[in-house]
Amino acid sequence: MTLQQQWVALQTILNKEIHRFSRIWVQTLLPPVITMSLYFVIFGTLIGSRIGEMGGFSYMEFVVPGLIMMSVITNSYSNVVSSFYSAKFQHSIEEILVSPTPNYIILIGYVLGGVARGLAVGFLVTLMSLLFTKLQVQNLAITIAIVFLTSVLFSLMGFINAVFANSFDDISIVPTFILTPLTYLGGVFYSISLLPEFWQGVSLLNPILYMVNVFRYGILGVTDIQVHYAFMGVMAFIVVLATISMYLLESGKRLRS
Amino acid sequence: MGKALDIKGLQKVYGNDFQALKGIDLSVEEGDFFALLGPNGAGKSTTIGVICSLVKKTAGRVSVFGHDIDQDFSLAKQELGIVPQEFNFSQFETPWRIVLNQAGYYGMPRELAKERAEEYLRKLGLWEKRNDQARMLSGGMKRRLMIVRALIHKPRLLILDEPTAGVDIELRRSMWEFLKEINEAGTTIILTTHYLEEAESLCRNIAIINHGEIVENTSVKALLKTLNKEHFVLDTKEALTQPPELNGYHCQLIEDHSIEIEVEKGQSLNPVFLALQEQGVEVLSMRNKANRLEELFVSMVSKNGGEG
Repeated sequence: MTLQQQWVALQTILNKEIHRFSRIWVQTLLPPVITMSLYFVIFGTLIGSRIGEMGGFSYMEFVVPGLIMMSVITNSYSNVVSSFYSAKFQHSIEEILVSPTPNYIILIGYVLGGVARGLAVGFLVTLMSLLFTKLQVQNLAITIAIVFLTSVLFSLMGFINAVFANSFDDISIVPTFILTPLTYLGGVFYSISLLPEFWQGVSLLNPILYMVNVFRYGILGVTDIQVHYAFMGVMAFIVVLATISMYLLESGKRLRS
Repeated sequence: MGKALDIKGLQKVYGNDFQALKGIDLSVEEGDFFALLGPNGAGKSTTIGVICSLVKKTAGRVSVFGHDIDQDFSLAKQELGIVPQEFNFSQFETPWRIVLNQAGYYGMPRELAKERAEEYLRKLGLWEKRNDQARMLSGGMKRRLMIVRALIHKPRLLILDEPTAGVDIELRRSMWEFLKEINEAGTTIILTTHYLEEAESLCRNIAIINHGEIVENTSVKALLKTLNKEHFVLDTKEALTQPPELNGYHCQLIEDHSIEIEVEKGQSLNPVFLALQEQGVEVLSMRNKANRLEELFVSMVSKNGGEG
């Protein structure tokens, strides 16, 4: 395939993915906006007003970046895992597998589809948050870079989950038992400086903590961790996950018999 | 004319040690209309799966128009269109999007894809349904949609795995006409089918596969010449109570007004009609009893150990 043909194939996969989640927007775009609005009302306005300041900011200001990031993470992941697994389940993935589209284009296409939904939901949640608080972005480049890279990372995780999944139950195990706990314990609702020293150390093993903190740093200018280490960690994870994904596609494991 | 498909020593052993293909050699000439026949589990779909890279081969080489599927996979796939046995498109997408997306996977510019999609959807009677969800289409429409999808990038080799399974006779005939048309226009076609009449009326060459091995590979004409016996059904004017006496021919009464006669290869039918006339049996019509290819197929497959 020429580069131009590969570009067409990539556009096709990305358009198909965007069309898919837009067509079912009631299932994909609306629920996270409603859920996050409830978080804003309950944690930000009702409970937050009694908590007082966190890290030098009102609790609402503190919690909003974490909640935006949480919606980006879960939606990037679930878009790829559900779309790719459905394509496997209906065998429509064979449409791409029999075509000359190279494996890396397939991977990039699905990952960008996940990023598109993650960013779309993140944007909608951000708009909703403006009804509750003011957001003054301190460092736009860092904010955009970390949200994009995080979305890529979790899209890759969703892709790997989809390849290994044998049933629709298998695509909800990781989000329920790994992703949600790590997100809740990843500094979305609190600063880890509030934790005892031992639990602060344990928290530092949680990769989501780094992403949430860098995003918060981009918006508020405060963080619990070193920003450059966080970027390096995220990049390293992306490289590892992309390598695993490419290995799965090249070897045809669970995709070709 | 070159080879549209060339398979050498193709083997496939599945994870459970089941050897689906035992070293197949098969060539299909450019422009041919070729039938690949075999009972269920013989290895037809595995062979097709390997050609289109959905099944990983254990050993052997496959090339499509001279392009090795391992070395030049991109060029090989550009030449190939596949119509699988099972519906394998998103049931929630529209035919229009399914076909355009497939064109995109082959790197085809959008405007050209739209032109071709319209041409083929109209030709196969799906244009009015282009914006319906695929799950709303009838079984026959879904099969035609898969044909449109396989043709959108104008492949030079089209492989159809049981394309008319579950399709009514009228529609089957119209699909045959369409396939003949594209074959005459230059597309090489390989067909697997359970309808042997389909293979006999459409295909010039044929391979029979059984237990992962090619047991016959020749022209349909040459294969039919090897048939030793034919059965004819004669419809009589008067009702019969017993079969007429026909020396040298096996004859049986199958209905009041119908007898079946077995004729050996090279045996003349004239004595049959003379004997019937002498016995006062008037014949109104005569037809070949069964599909001739079917008889051959059954005898070959049973010689090789029955259904696999």
